[in-house]
Amino acid sequence: MAEREQKRRPTPRTEESEVDEAAPNEAGQELKAELDDLLDEIDGVLETNAEEFVKNYVQKGGQ
Amino acid sequence: MAVHKVLGIETEFGILHRNEGVSNPVAASSMIINSYVNGYLERRVGWDFEDEHPGVDARGFNEFDALAPEIETHLVNAVLTNGARYYVDHAHPELATPECTDAFQCTIYDRAAEEILIRSMDKANQLLPDGEELVIHKNNSDGKGNSYGCHENYLVDRNVPFGRIVLQVMPFFISRQIYCGAGKVGSEAAGLTHDEVPFQITQRADFFEEEVGLETTLKRPIINTRDEPHADSKRYRRLHVIVGDANMSEVQTYLKLGTTAIVLAMIDDDMAPSDCAFESPVRALRDVSYDIDLEGSYRLANGTTATALEVQWVYYTAAEQWADRHGFDVVGGEQVGADLMKRWASVLTALEDNPDSLADSIDWIAKRRLYEGFRSRHDVEWSDPRMAALDLQYHDLRPDKGLARRIGLARISNDAEVEVAISQPPPTTRAFFRGRCLEKYPDQIVAANWDSMVFDVGSDPLRRVPMLEPLRGTAAHVASLLDECDDAGELLRRLGA
Repeated sequence: MAEREQKRRPTPRTEESEVDEAAPNEAGQELKAELDDLLDEIDGVLETNAEEFVKNYVQKGGQ
Repeated sequence: MAVHKVLGIETEFGILHRNEGVSNPVAASSMIINSYVNGYLERRVGWDFEDEHPGVDARGFNEFDALAPEIETHLVNAVLTNGARYYVDHAHPELATPECTDAFQCTIYDRAAEEILIRSMDKANQLLPDGEELVIHKNNSDGKGNSYGCHENYLVDRNVPFGRIVLQVMPFFISRQIYCGAGKVGSEAAGLTHDEVPFQITQRADFFEEEVGLETTLKRPIINTRDEPHADSKRYRRLHVIVGDANMSEVQTYLKLGTTAIVLAMIDDDMAPSDCAFESPVRALRDVSYDIDLEGSYRLANGTTATALEVQWVYYTAAEQWADRHGFDVVGGEQVGADLMKRWASVLTALEDNPDSLADSIDWIAKRRLYEGFRSRHDVEWSDPRMAALDLQYHDLRPDKGLARRIGLARISNDAEVEVAISQPPPTTRAFFRGRCLEKYPDQIVAANWDSMVFDVGSDPLRRVPMLEPLRGTAAHVASLLDECDDAGELLRRLGA
């Protein structure tokens, strides 16, 4: 194996790529702010009898 | 030069018939598909099994017939106008996307597959008595030890020794789990408890017991050897990849398909790393899945050790060298290739530095954030049934129930592209010919499969049109011909078939 430092953080091949570098972090912070709202929402849509739902969820094995 | 990485993805969906007493999953799956076919298509065209040989082994021998995966020819089987196959397999509804020429295109068709299942579910539920409901999940496990697959398929060069594919792609499959995993509460591997594995990166790692083999339903192997190219067998293999998860995140589907296509092209061109083999691949597959802190270091066959991230960086670096020499033509061109490389590097960097920043694009990280939030809010253990319920509901395709859709994951496709892909084939592969013929001549097509179509044009015997070259029959080849022919008989005459 080559040295780890050589493998880390390679320079992106294309400079003019469309993807906004800052997007993941901003999105991450937004998501964090939304987590409480989301959990409120999930409490509203979660199957009412979780134990029963999980117990009945039996699938035939596939590929 | 590598062959073009024509690719597709096939997903077996979980199915639940609620409040029906004793559930019959085969009947329920049939109902899902029939509801769609009867509700949306003018006429059903069946699948043709003439050329299916799932028992043929890439290592050069055929297993005993009794061990071959069965093909259930009596079950519902339809071909859609977008070129997909929609059928019942092993008591699950399964949808195989049409053949695509790049990961971006295939991600759109995977999302279209979800929409087709949602519409099927909606139609089917209109027919059920009040109180009963069919529910579809895009997942790979029921949490009780039963698994069902999401398989990827890639066209590879027949001239490449299969042993080289095994050696060079296995470490990639083991390490790619860190950005391909859909996440799962608990473990279904024998002898492991919730305390030992409360949450893991993938749905599927628990179910793999062999390194290489023909099986897909028992003793699943990391490398599946089914040698059924659905194309010219002298030129091509179809690598049938059974080790992945069904992802709710489009970003993951795109990365999974794209990076794997790049690595397989590198193997075709003999530019893939060959010094990353894990000493114990099956063990490493599971250990990587159980290591949500991404700290584990694994012993390699060459005596050194490496983390999953380090192995991925080795492949990434080799991919840069490959691309410098060969370009990205065989994975769909410069735009998609460069975008994949950039996203690949950025996801590896984020996994190293700040995994939580990927909560909008990587299922297992999105789940972990959500589940930890739920646990602290309600003060519950990982082993609480509510955690298992959450973990099912993440994959629930009902628009009002599914958690993955609610958390607002980043998209690759847009709704307009998906709407087109629901009914129209990709223009760049033979799926175009299949799909457009089905749309235009539904009454004159008896059956279709991946590499041929059977026409009934009246007085003549049935006519089979072979389609052994996946990159023939594209819009560029046949669109104007199809536009000009009002009748399949005329089409066949002009094709010289």
